[in-house]
Amino acid sequence: MGPLSMAGGKREVLHWLDLLQQVYAANRAWLTELDSAIGDADHGINMDRGFIAVQAELAAHPPADIRSALQAAAATLIRHVGGAAGPLYGTFFLRAAAACAGKPELEAGDVVALFQAGTQGVCERGKAAAGDKTMLDALLPALEAMRQALAEGTGSVEILDRAAAAAEAGMRATIPIQARKGRASYLGPRSIGHQDPGATSAFLMLRAAAEAWRA
Amino acid sequence: MLGSQLEMKKLINDPLDAPAEFLAGLALAHSDLLRVSLDPVYVVRADAPVPGKAGLLSGGGSGHEPMHAGFVGRGMLDAACPGAVFTSPTPDQIQAATRAANGGAGVLHIVKNYTGDILNFEMAAELCQAEGIDVRAVVINDDVAVEDSLYTAGRRGVGATVLAEKICGAAAERGYPLAEIETLCRKVNRRARSVGMALTPCTVPAAGKATFELAEDEIEMGIGIHGEPGRERLPLLPAAELIARMAGMVVADLPFRSGDQVIAMVNGMGGTPLMELYIVYRELHHILEGLGIRIARRLVGNYITSLEMAGCSLTLLQADDELLSLWDDPVLTAGLRWGL
Repeated sequence: MGPLSMAGGKREVLHWLDLLQQVYAANRAWLTELDSAIGDADHGINMDRGFIAVQAELAAHPPADIRSALQAAAATLIRHVGGAAGPLYGTFFLRAAAACAGKPELEAGDVVALFQAGTQGVCERGKAAAGDKTMLDALLPALEAMRQALAEGTGSVEILDRAAAAAEAGMRATIPIQARKGRASYLGPRSIGHQDPGATSAFLMLRAAAEAWRA
Repeated sequence: MLGSQLEMKKLINDPLDAPAEFLAGLALAHSDLLRVSLDPVYVVRADAPVPGKAGLLSGGGSGHEPMHAGFVGRGMLDAACPGAVFTSPTPDQIQAATRAANGGAGVLHIVKNYTGDILNFEMAAELCQAEGIDVRAVVINDDVAVEDSLYTAGRRGVGATVLAEKICGAAAERGYPLAEIETLCRKVNRRARSVGMALTPCTVPAAGKATFELAEDEIEMGIGIHGEPGRERLPLLPAAELIARMAGMVVADLPFRSGDQVIAMVNGMGGTPLMELYIVYRELHHILEGLGIRIARRLVGNYITSLEMAGCSLTLLQADDELLSLWDDPVLTAGLRWGL
């Protein structure tokens, strides 16, 4: 495979955003159920509402490039999601958009840069760290897996597949953790034994990315 | 969706429309007090912005009525931003409401300590400051059920929010400058403590089923206001025992001392009969009397609720002459009114 065949572009990004709408619609009840155990039972509802709005926005104003597609997603999520997820996912896409500025195509390294910028944004906005039982417990291991895969010279699809697998493991690893951030932290030890809804929605986002780039 | 709708009994149409239809009804009922914008969603007092008066804005998820929209009006809030049920409002809403509330003397954001509220209000404050509005924010965190440590998101903002909105609203009406209202709001928060308990869970309309399950003979102690489970599950005990336990948690935390005078709020979570709230008030009155603490002013009723949840919360505010005088000032809102 030549370098061009490993690159993805606007098509993959738009497909990813499209898949996210389907994924959060399909997992709306599951995310809400996870959230009702340790949060306030609205995560699935909010993510679903947000990505329906993203689809409507992208249909109404077709973006010129990758950056503007991600930026439109960010602005729409910030306006429509609410809760902590709105600013956190909004910041993720805002930083991801900035990382894609001036890039008509995304090489493997650019894909990693996109996720690195987004994850960094979530760290800064939410002031959480690994092991706090948040979406970062899926995003940080995914980023680590991406970096490793990139260092081994693999292409975007393999990078995202390994990221999704790492995110899934990270998501499952939140089950025995006591939450230290977000609403689940109010439960103290009672948050132990439940999978974090934020880590779950972050895993779904990565799995959709892997699927979008594979297609 | 249909199946889940059948699981709950609510006087609504489409669950997703519930917050907007509530606001439309509020606007129809109280057009003399407030105006409602539906895109973006916010509520402002009818005569906003009041020129030269510092503005007061609060917001949070819907489902806590009358807080916050029901506290918009003379002597209390200039604007409220309701989000979806139990979901914080978004930065664009808060920004639009801040503009509508700004009479040129700046706007105070009263924010309850929840991760979502903090993040959305922070983003909104940055946007407002960028356009030259003097925005200050005070975070309310009075819930003693949450350990305030590195290992939690900090204490939740609950009942003290209502007291802070009333007292700061009075100060703004008297012409206090923004910085002094901010200081006053911090003082109220510093001197107030709350705790809540639930007899039943509640059902978020769009979710369609109860937020947690509770056996007939169990209660949740240390709940917040979002239908989330509490710190511990206890057997249902007589009111005297439960209220003694709750009052003990609140009193010990500040601590409130013999000789203190307090503003007390016995708040229903939405599904508690007033008969029970007055039984709770009686217990609280005697407990505090026994400790030498005098209830100088009180609220008994539903002020900060969790939809149809049954249960109550107790809030005590250590009062002084300034706070009592501001408390007694006139207020005219849908949810609280006296002196006018």
